[in-house]
Amino acid sequence: MSLAAFATLLERLAFTPQRLGKERLLATAFSENPDPQRGLMLAAITGDLKLRQVTPSLLRGLTETRVDAQLFAASYDFVGDLAETIALIWPEGTQSDPPLSEVVEELATTPKTRLPALIISRLDSLGPSERYAYLKLATGALRVGVSARLARTAFATWANLPVNEVEEIWHALQPPYLDLFAWAAGSPRPEAAARAPFRPVMLSTPTDLDQLSALDPAAYAAEWKWDGIRIQAVSDGGTRRLYSRTGEDISAAFPDIVDLMDFDGTLDGELLVRRDAEIASFGDLQQRLNRKTVTPAMLRSHPAGLRLYDVLIWNGQDLRDQPYDARRAVLAEAVAQLGPRIDLSPELPFQTWDDLAALRLNPPATVIEGVMIKRRDSPYLGGRMKGPWFKWKRDPHLIDAVLLYAQRGHGKRSGYYSDFTFGVWNGDELVPVGKAYFGFTDAELKDLDRFVRNNTVERFGSVRSVARTKVVEVAFEGLNRSTRHKSGVAMRFPRINRIRDDKPAIEADHLSTLQAMLDREG
Amino acid sequence: MAREPLLLPRPEGLYCPAGDFFIDPLRPVPRALITHGHSDHARPGHGAVLATRQTLDIMAIRYGEDFASSRQAYDGPVTLGEAKVSFHPAGHVLGSAQIAVEARGCRIVFSGDYARVATPTCAPFEPVPCDIFVTEATFALPVFRHPPPEVEIARLLASVAAFPERSHLIGAYALGKAQRLIGALRQAGWDAPIYIHGALQRLCDYHIAEGIDLGDLRPATGGTKADFAGAIIIAPPSAFAATWAQRFPDPVISFASGWMQVRARARQRGVELPLIISDHVDWPHLTDTITELNPAEVWITHGREDALMRWCELNQRKARQLHLIGYEDEAE
Repeated sequence: MSLAAFATLLERLAFTPQRLGKERLLATAFSENPDPQRGLMLAAITGDLKLRQVTPSLLRGLTETRVDAQLFAASYDFVGDLAETIALIWPEGTQSDPPLSEVVEELATTPKTRLPALIISRLDSLGPSERYAYLKLATGALRVGVSARLARTAFATWANLPVNEVEEIWHALQPPYLDLFAWAAGSPRPEAAARAPFRPVMLSTPTDLDQLSALDPAAYAAEWKWDGIRIQAVSDGGTRRLYSRTGEDISAAFPDIVDLMDFDGTLDGELLVRRDAEIASFGDLQQRLNRKTVTPAMLRSHPAGLRLYDVLIWNGQDLRDQPYDARRAVLAEAVAQLGPRIDLSPELPFQTWDDLAALRLNPPATVIEGVMIKRRDSPYLGGRMKGPWFKWKRDPHLIDAVLLYAQRGHGKRSGYYSDFTFGVWNGDELVPVGKAYFGFTDAELKDLDRFVRNNTVERFGSVRSVARTKVVEVAFEGLNRSTRHKSGVAMRFPRINRIRDDKPAIEADHLSTLQAMLDREG
Repeated sequence: MAREPLLLPRPEGLYCPAGDFFIDPLRPVPRALITHGHSDHARPGHGAVLATRQTLDIMAIRYGEDFASSRQAYDGPVTLGEAKVSFHPAGHVLGSAQIAVEARGCRIVFSGDYARVATPTCAPFEPVPCDIFVTEATFALPVFRHPPPEVEIARLLASVAAFPERSHLIGAYALGKAQRLIGALRQAGWDAPIYIHGALQRLCDYHIAEGIDLGDLRPATGGTKADFAGAIIIAPPSAFAATWAQRFPDPVISFASGWMQVRARARQRGVELPLIISDHVDWPHLTDTITELNPAEVWITHGREDALMRWCELNQRKARQLHLIGYEDEAE
């Protein structure tokens, strides 16, 4: 597969709306291309190529050697995608069409200092759509409307193999996946050779009282939905790994947890910061996230623990086909030996859905974000399917705020003013309390975009300050104290719930409302 | 004493005090000169209107015969007050013109919307030397380098060949873009019937009456789904959301516009086959036109004004933004 063929594939994938159509395009590409090209193509789409050396700032710098920085910035602001902007704006040169493998190989092996010269010479010798494919490859963020899961499903369908088995061994495989394509051609299934492999995590779908009332409460178990990070803890013949629910290895950031993993099996649970019996807020947990290493002081002040939901494998026995109740019985026994910082997420007693609704309204801790509902007879299935597991989240907090600033969105929102800063009253001035760039419907986005265009009072580069007249209802999941924001609060997961054209700005909420909420959350 | 400028922006639009007229005014005025028939430039309700005969015809088709109190078809240079006025082809749509205004030794060319890609559907852009060139900036960002229309038509025909059982439903605006697209398809040798939405009928008929060969055009009504397999159908983009579109077999949704160069724009519109076909100048054509005309000043009407201002600054050209509100920013 040449880079031009790869570029054409990306283009067709991006513009083919149906899932089935995308799967067919991928199937054709698997059939028509030899190893290792097709494996590299697959890895590029699933995000497993990991050519992480090329950063957006490097690319910006290179582009500014060729194009005026202001014109480039205005173009990026308009196009909304860095790779696409550079692909379109780079001055035309000669055109070549290297094999995909050649491009991947050199990006993977070229030392960082020689990378700028390499990228420039490639950009100079490619056409616009090949430049786009090349830059997408180099930065690793393809965003062509194909998820890793869809690509693996397309592979499984094409190869006539069960998709769950492909998922199962995926994390043990390396691009260009020669053994995977050999399996498709009739060779034996590659073994998950690596110790302590990740297993696909079972996910839930949202529900509400209406949907639940059609179901028999006796067939379901319930437990709290803890607001930490969902993890999979695997200990396998002395190898211990802690995975996020997407399969990312996060062991290095949590050595205190790894120390506790004195067992042989695969457990599913929530990672939380806990000080003795008390579970700390998500804000405390955030202090430990996104850190490659952790200091001893942090380990002391923010000790992590696990609260377990489920067991997949225990002492060599794969329990995933067994019903939920049976797995929980094994888990309850297992947890007893694991010490105080690993415990069981308790089951909630309830007879009717109204009982559960009452519990959900009054959780014993603020770090609980709703309830989980799990069918007692369900096996452990990787992926998100509707039916066996539900999440019933607590209702979000709502405030009415006034739009203050807007910026053009990126990606599929490019061309719309879709990133909004909003504020609430503090005395007689409006103070910014958050930013939101989703939550609205397409029709509401059009309304907001038009409001911004017609009510701009000032421009600061790409930011527009708007007339203080538009009230929006903002929904959010929680509040943290913040020293970074002038208002002293930071919202979690804020989004625009609806537009309140019925409300004048003067009736928007006051900062004191948020401060009171903060005091309650602790 | 500072001389009164030859043209100056007013809330109604660009005004010429020396001749007491407006060019492409946004609100009803006593006397209007109109560059072309698109609705953001040619509005109904003026007193006297001076435009090319074709633009007047198009306005009558769109707004009815009584779109203005009186009208005058351009027929060679005229003098209005102290101003000498002449019209010159803009290459944008049928009848489109640039308007040159000259008085006291200064000539301003108001180009309206213009394009420099040849099309059988209208006369090509005529470069008119001037002191001040008034330009649009619709595609004034260096990312807009539109490929030649032949390349885009070839992609369309390749898609038609690849999906013989499907129809191709192409969005194109009724005045100009639709005919430009049909003309390009005919030049590429596509001589099968092209089906058009009812909203395009009268303007296509008018092009044919003006001697422009659009080949075999048929209304996209009647018939069964199977009749439209492998067919090319052209409609205004607004028709896609209507039940009208349900009559075609598994249509490939396409859109002919210069915006289609930006992927997110195409995906936002649910377009499966974006066709980069424009009736405006792209960045190279725009900047080349300014370089070629080499005016003492560039005035910018609408679009990406900031970027074009920056280019002028980089090229030591005097430029100003007119801040005319009301010309369509996004439509094409």
